[in-house]
Amino acid sequence: MYKYFPHTESDIAEMLERIGVASLDDLYAEIPESIRFDKDYNLKKSMSEDEVRNYFKELGNLNHPLTVFAGGGAYDHYSPSVIGQLIARSEYLTAYTPYQPEISQGTLQYIFEFQSMMCELTGMECCNASMYDGATATAEAMLMAIAHAKKRNKVIISRTVSERVIAVVETYARFHGVTLDYIPENDGVTDKAAMEQMLEANDVAGVIVSTPNRYGIIEDFTGFAESTHAHKTLFIVNADPSAMAVLKTPGEWGADIACGDGQSLGMPLNFGGPYVGYLAASRDLVRKLPGRIVGATKDVDGKRAFVLTLQAREQHIRRQKANSNICSNQSLMALYVTIYMALMGKRGLQEVNEKSYAGAHYLCDKLLATGKFSLCFDKPFLKEFAVRTTLNRETLMKHLEEKGFLAGIPVEGTDDTILFCVTEKRTREEIDNLVSLIEQEG
Amino acid sequence: MKYYNKLIFEISKPGRVGYSLPQSDFGNYSLADLPQTLRRETPAELPEVSELDVVRHYTNVSNKNFGVETGFYPLGSCTMKYNPKINEEMAAMPAFTTLHPRQSEESVQGALRLYYELAQALAEISGLAEFTLNPFAGAHGELTGLMLMRQYHIKRGDLKRTKVIVPDSAHGTNPASAAVCGLEIVEVPSTPEGTIDVAKLEPLLDDTIAGIMMTNPNTLGIFEKEIPQIAKLVHGCGGLLYYDGANLNPLLGRCRPGDMGFDIMHINLHKTFSTPHGGGGPGSGPVGVAAALVDYLPRPRVVKHGDRYAVEGGADSLGSVSGFFGNFGVMMRAYAYILSLGKEQIKHVGELATLNANYVKESLKDCYYLPIEGICKHEFVFDGLLDKSTGVTTLDVAKRLLDYGYHAPTIYFPLLFHQSIMIEPTETESKETLDEFIEAMRTVAREAIDDPEMVKSAPHVTPVRRLDETTAAKNPILRFKDLNY
Repeated sequence: MYKYFPHTESDIAEMLERIGVASLDDLYAEIPESIRFDKDYNLKKSMSEDEVRNYFKELGNLNHPLTVFAGGGAYDHYSPSVIGQLIARSEYLTAYTPYQPEISQGTLQYIFEFQSMMCELTGMECCNASMYDGATATAEAMLMAIAHAKKRNKVIISRTVSERVIAVVETYARFHGVTLDYIPENDGVTDKAAMEQMLEANDVAGVIVSTPNRYGIIEDFTGFAESTHAHKTLFIVNADPSAMAVLKTPGEWGADIACGDGQSLGMPLNFGGPYVGYLAASRDLVRKLPGRIVGATKDVDGKRAFVLTLQAREQHIRRQKANSNICSNQSLMALYVTIYMALMGKRGLQEVNEKSYAGAHYLCDKLLATGKFSLCFDKPFLKEFAVRTTLNRETLMKHLEEKGFLAGIPVEGTDDTILFCVTEKRTREEIDNLVSLIEQEG
Repeated sequence: MKYYNKLIFEISKPGRVGYSLPQSDFGNYSLADLPQTLRRETPAELPEVSELDVVRHYTNVSNKNFGVETGFYPLGSCTMKYNPKINEEMAAMPAFTTLHPRQSEESVQGALRLYYELAQALAEISGLAEFTLNPFAGAHGELTGLMLMRQYHIKRGDLKRTKVIVPDSAHGTNPASAAVCGLEIVEVPSTPEGTIDVAKLEPLLDDTIAGIMMTNPNTLGIFEKEIPQIAKLVHGCGGLLYYDGANLNPLLGRCRPGDMGFDIMHINLHKTFSTPHGGGGPGSGPVGVAAALVDYLPRPRVVKHGDRYAVEGGADSLGSVSGFFGNFGVMMRAYAYILSLGKEQIKHVGELATLNANYVKESLKDCYYLPIEGICKHEFVFDGLLDKSTGVTTLDVAKRLLDYGYHAPTIYFPLLFHQSIMIEPTETESKETLDEFIEAMRTVAREAIDDPEMVKSAPHVTPVRRLDETTAAKNPILRFKDLNY
């Protein structure tokens, strides 16, 4: 007997009798003997609940949670207490994809709210029910551009997009057979003139840029939509949705597709996941969107209700002709950010950005004042910024970690550059402590 | 209880807030200092609601949902087993939830060890050499697995292999994943007994075949007993075998994909290893490989040197498929499950799931049409009601079951039959629950004869009734702003 198996011995006997076999072994009689597994697994012994707790505690003690001054795609924003408790409701947690809408209005309604709020934040006209993460959402945006263009097989991506995102886009491109080219960076931002030159051959299906970019810089996309659209190329913007509450949105920049990671909307860091990707688009691209999409409708009694719609795009109907292979998404995490956006609302998200901006600029000025740092680029930023240090970067970061700080992320491809991030959670005292430790270095 | 049908936007009132943030004292820094061209022109129309408004709203909305804890959820191919509470408690531990994915290896040894140990446990259960836990879901695991298959051939300079064989009974994600991976799909038919037609497979095998994707037991719940022969043939032509782990549950304790000859597989942690399905996700789709493919696993890879855990990315790796380490929170739940059951209990999962499925099948085959006789594994498929004269379809049966307090089985899949009803009871359900479900299914079969119109207009007592899906697709309304009043 075991707590997750309700079968008594007499249950098993009665059930076997109904089936007409003598033993549980007989249920596996057709499996050739050569491939049967009749040993014990080489696994740990069964643990009681308290033993499981103790084991996890032991593992947890090997971790060192730090005061986070780092972003790079994972941001330490405030998580309201309400959210964790609401998403733990079993009606949400233990349901699956809402295939039976009559008993899934809970899931369908929050997805509709998620789509609505993400459209508001990104300035786009439609959004799907979620993707795995920001990187895979960007790869799917690339595949959308290829599917939309039909006869073009090239996508170009700015070197200022996060290297984590580029790495995933590269993998998808290589196996799908997409030619991926890179728009060079110029002083920390996308080189617009170079992009325009690359578009001249009229063979580019989509252009991918991001804001804030891999250095935290808020890019100016003035004229990008005009340039791309003049060549019938889709304009794709990977954008931090939290920042979109105050920054010019992909929609306002004239983007055809917006994508990115919803983690910045109050989700715990959780060692990198689960997060939630989003993929939003202009209305004319809705039938090219991958994944689940929820629409409003009515039931036979005229009651407003919600339902999975436009399913002819999806793998369970179209198989190899589907827009994507995605089936499971990150639905519960979409609920997480939906509740976050409801709680924070119009004013809260502005305040989060206002405070993150102030903290980041305060830290930046303090770092520059130590004389040990210089700004890499004189460009506007929100909560993340890249600085060069005259100190030994690895030693510095190690020392600060020993004191309990995750002091930024080393920028790949450099040996002296650090990307710092400050959210509204960081206090003046924490920043002052960090800076005074840095002052003692070297 | 009163039926609740408001959207969060409809309870919004300007001026309300649902959060509290600390005062900041950083001096005169203001967003207004940013150039106007970089700032948003019109504010996002997000709701303005109090904390209680939000709590009550999402509580009322949740009441319109049905989960495993609401009732029996025999959704075929989805393995809707009980999601243990201890798993949730472990996944919420701040010693893990506060970790940034870019921290140094030294500061996340516990998280890396958990990742590594779970991967090792999955390798043992699967009979394969090594696992990556990075893929986010089953379909993502399939895609990663197919990339591994291609990378293997590419690294050997065998560039002609661009086709993959997929049985006609396969999950829809199989051909879709192959297409995303740039592979051409060759379909192999099933025999009347529901298994792969080996005679028809053989002529397909040549030096353009990258491999075959199979699930075993297949989507009909039937064990592909010719698998040793299939493995020999596919390997003989230079191809690899991919195992779709969606149907792994009945094999726990009985059979391992690696021993059957599979080279690559994915596991759905949200199916076999009890993590909650979350209304559609997050899942997790770890991918395991035989020794010859280990070097091609995606970055980052978690490895062990002595007693230290490290993060690496090999030169032959296929690349990255995820921003970080995948759905780590889901891995924590799955590992709590494996530790709880341990070697003594995991081995019983498969046989009890199989027992439950066969019990339901045998108890209903006199009123539902069972196209393929014999012992099934974790699930089985009826082809509609036995009595087809009533005009009551599989859709109608599914809808009527909702009235009786059940989630419907998977319907109209697999595509081999016109009226498929795919039932998967899982091992966590008791005989009493199954008996009640059997009685409900029998009642619906009787109602189909006595009062077919009532069944065709079901459900009758759910929060909403049948929906107008045609209008929803013809004129899609996909956000609040587009709703007309």
